[in-house]
Amino acid sequence: MPIEVLLVEDSPGDVRLTQEAFHDANRSVRLHVASDGMEAMAFLRHQGGQSAAPRPDLILLDLNLPKMDGREVLARIKEDASLKTIPTIILTTSEAEADIARSYQLQANCYLSKPVQLDQFETLVKSINDFWLTKVKLPQKKQIE
Amino acid sequence: MSAIERGGQAIEVLLVEDSPGDVRLTQEAFRDANMSIHLHVATDGVEAMTFLRREGIHAKAPRPDFILLDLNLPKMDGREVLAHIKEDESLQTIPTVILTTSEAEADIVKSYQLRANCYLSKPVQLMEFENLVKSINSFWLTQAKLPPQG
Repeated sequence: MPIEVLLVEDSPGDVRLTQEAFHDANRSVRLHVASDGMEAMAFLRHQGGQSAAPRPDLILLDLNLPKMDGREVLARIKEDASLKTIPTIILTTSEAEADIARSYQLQANCYLSKPVQLDQFETLVKSINDFWLTKVKLPQKKQIE
Repeated sequence: MSAIERGGQAIEVLLVEDSPGDVRLTQEAFRDANMSIHLHVATDGVEAMTFLRREGIHAKAPRPDFILLDLNLPKMDGREVLAHIKEDESLQTIPTVILTTSEAEADIVKSYQLRANCYLSKPVQLMEFENLVKSINSFWLTQAKLPPQG
């Protein structure tokens, strides 16, 4: 069964790196990309052109996004009874303590800062795969909603 | 900041676990993996809350950076401990990872509903258990950014 991962990321370079790293690490991953906060919410709510969007098993969420900021996307996910159990990992360039604290307050499952170096970025994506998509028990997608 | 960046300060981990064998395995695996960890152990849910609330004999307990929580505990069940942690403004941001024998879907879903940061089931085999603890150390205590202290 494929593992559905939603990547919310506006930088095309980082999208590509992430796609390639997941592709190398785990062929079962289907990576969906939303490039701004509003597109992410449409995907998650099966709205507009996203009516057939699958429910993600895991969300990787950048904080600094156009149209709707990642902090707001996070808040909306975690306030929504039908979405809040989806593990949501912040993956962002910011290392600011205020951003880290705020993300955990908004119930992010985990916070990771994106490495600058290419090979470290790949290693990080692989460790996300190793830990979250191989070891962690993710909630099953029985339709509670 | 990531736990290892805290300028040489210890990482305070609270393990809530009633099985002495599993406590020992976890202690050894963390010790092998990361010398900066101070592992504190509570063997039932009531003791866990006393530690977290710094009451009684635990008045001087440090605030944990990270919590590993079994579900099936004496006195107060792990599900209740989890609920208390995540409802308490002063405790809710502490990453709380369920580490339990149960693989029941109901337990997994309930834990995420109660806002567990993630859910892991304990392997039966010794080596796999050690590897899991090491991967917890590697991901959560080395790569992840944990909330700032205080």
